Amino acid sequence: MKISGSEILLESLKKEGVRHMFGYPGGVVLNIFDLLHDEKDLQLILTRHEQGAVHAADGYARATGKAGVALVTSGPGATNTVTGIATAAMDSIPLVVITGQVPTMLIGNDAFQEADIVGITRPCTKYNFLVKDVNDLALTMKEAFHIASTGRPGPVLIDLPKDVTTGKAEFHWPDSVKIRSYNPTYEGNKYMITQAAHMIAKAKKPLIIAGGGVISSGAAKELTELAEMTQVPVTMTMMGLGGFPGTHKLSLGMLGMHGTYYANKAVQDSDLLIAIGMRFDDRVTGKIDAFAPHAKIIHIDIDPTSIRKNVRVDIPIVGDVNRVLTVMNKVIREEVKEPWEEVRKAWAKQISAWKKERPMTYDHEADVIKPQYVVEKIFELTKGDAIIATEVGQNQMWAAQFYQYDKPRTWLSSGGLGTMGYGLPAAIGAQLAFPNKLVIDIAGDGSIQMNIQELATAVINKLPVKVAILNNRFLGMVRQWQELFYQERYSHTRLDESVPDFVKIAEAYNAVGLRATKKSEVVPVLKEAFSIKRPVFMDFMIDWQEKVYPMVPAGAAIDNMLFPEEKKKPEKKLRAVK
Amino acid sequence: MRHTISVLVENKFGVLSRISGLFSGRGYNIESLSVGETIDQKVSVMTIVTTGDDWIVEQITKQLNKLIDVIKVVDMTELDHVEREMVLIKVSPRQEDKAEVLRLAEIFRGRVVDSSTKTYTIEITGDEKKIAAIVELLRPMGIKEFVRTGKIAIAREGIKKPQ
Ligand SMILES: Cc1ncc(C[n+]2csc(CCOP(=O)(O)OP(=O)(O)O)c2C)c(N)n1
Repeated sequence: MKISGSEILLESLKKEGVRHMFGYPGGVVLNIFDLLHDEKDLQLILTRHEQGAVHAADGYARATGKAGVALVTSGPGATNTVTGIATAAMDSIPLVVITGQVPTMLIGNDAFQEADIVGITRPCTKYNFLVKDVNDLALTMKEAFHIASTGRPGPVLIDLPKDVTTGKAEFHWPDSVKIRSYNPTYEGNKYMITQAAHMIAKAKKPLIIAGGGVISSGAAKELTELAEMTQVPVTMTMMGLGGFPGTHKLSLGMLGMHGTYYANKAVQDSDLLIAIGMRFDDRVTGKIDAFAPHAKIIHIDIDPTSIRKNVRVDIPIVGDVNRVLTVMNKVIREEVKEPWEEVRKAWAKQISAWKKERPMTYDHEADVIKPQYVVEKIFELTKGDAIIATEVGQNQMWAAQFYQYDKPRTWLSSGGLGTMGYGLPAAIGAQLAFPNKLVIDIAGDGSIQMNIQELATAVINKLPVKVAILNNRFLGMVRQWQELFYQERYSHTRLDESVPDFVKIAEAYNAVGLRATKKSEVVPVLKEAFSIKRPVFMDFMIDWQEKVYPMVPAGAAIDNMLFPEEKKKPEKKLRAVK
Repeated sequence: MRHTISVLVENKFGVLSRISGLFSGRGYNIESLSVGETIDQKVSVMTIVTTGDDWIVEQITKQLNKLIDVIKVVDMTELDHVEREMVLIKVSPRQEDKAEVLRLAEIFRGRVVDSSTKTYTIEITGDEKKIAAIVELLRPMGIKEFVRTGKIAIAREGIKKPQ
């Protein structure tokens, strides 16, 4: 029996096990939306902006590990997805984004709401399709999910002309797909793995750098086993947070531009870096020529282009992190027996000396609300059992530094693209996937305004996300650079004391708004918010001068870190807004 | 260093822009690019001439391989191979040079594929050196138009270039 393209689309989604998607309607997708009206097994969450829909699908994907799905209309609906798609592409997040398109006959005619979205998204998708024939639709859907979620994951876009949604075809769901030109390498080279194992045994100062690949390949357990067995300390990239328990005694926290003193010191002193599922981004390496000058490098990644892109590598291992580590652990267990604790003693001692020398800290005595205090309290009150999304800027870095992520998929943050406005919709996506979890967006007062409209999505769909706004009345991270490197010339980074009033905004959306202006109010506000089963905005009026430290200035070596001035400067008064 | 890279791709809509977009997006050079179907109509071969140090060329080949529509990438420069390019040259010589133009075409095993009262169009096939040489010789005679196909390359059978 022949069914319509719209039906094929929904049937395909169901065959892929999709239960939720995010979207926004429009002219050319009306037929699909019409079917969704009676659909029982597939729920579409109407967001308030297509960017929000894609970020929500992305948050859903990061929290669950399954591909997130978004469905939008052509033209402006499609172009509104671009930031979301680029965000997912940079962080290797599996998404399937379905855009409507004008009827095939009109493509190329500058028809109403036509945009060449396949052309526009070519560089920021893993792959994209324009479906020209309804008979190809089922296979295309199968291929899209396959490409999005295998190998190094990423976003895939399917552009669907209106006549394809109405055209009819038999529905044949392929059991499997084989794309001859797409064959990711999963098994690492055994010889290389064995070499690496022996190198780890010989190293005096080995260090593991864990990246997002540990999380996407589901290798947190294998990584912990490797680290514990060989007593090698672990530092994480921002994308790798949660890939190794932050509270573990072998954890050095995050490295890089705002990494811990001890992680960056360890990298620079190390004689062997074991880089796992990471890609040596410039925020991680700092000045590349001065990076890890004494270290040999073992690099494990599923994407061969990540290897030897930015740094020299001694042992490249292309493969799925999980499978490579499984083999490596076995080799070490069976072939490389060392009295590990004993071998690592000196190195462990050195690291704990660095930890004592410059622990992660801030001014605990201050009367003003310090943002780090807020994040620390969130960690304490949730016992680390929340899903944390973030916006971008200082809020993101404090959230990375002062909350300890013990489990994978509990940290949702735009790393590669650094997209302000990511956090709230991502939190909504995660909350939909985990209705009973506490999901918190740690936000800045700038970023939250980039997708603030999604509060409506949260309220209406009863997704009780909590938003902790670290309100410094500034585009804080940019202001920090202006303070440090542009003689305190705060060009266009000053937001406003009272516009908007976030409490009132929350109330206008029928959410709950709470505010803390004093340190003593922080914990009560958090407790209250966490006890409410509705979305809550918490407006924390923090010290506007607070900066993220340590900080490696752009282009400097990563052990060239700035720290807060030892002497306390008197608090500056901001002049009133004119 | 200059590399000639041969890329087998699925002959699909948009595949050329995926390849050219990769080069422009990542700031790699393309000196020449030629595309055509292979014996299998579903597969095209692109021959790309690019320059870069070893790191860059390694990245280029890896990045090409990573594209979903790319079936195979071969850096011809690492193999013993044959390279050819065809050019069409329209010359408008003075009366007294006409004979010389025809003689040069013959020496270079070119063919006159079109002629008018004022012009000859010559087709020449060869490697880079040969084409450079004929261009140099014809230039003083007055080259009016010049088009080239871009390089194509094929590996010689059986012999690997010693390292
Ligand atoms: C969409 C977007 N535009 C601009 C930037 C550049 N940028 C990075 S951080 C930042 C300031 C963010 O301010 P806010 O959200 O208030 O966070 P804070 O740094 O104060 O915590 C800006 C403008 C960006 N990352 N994303």
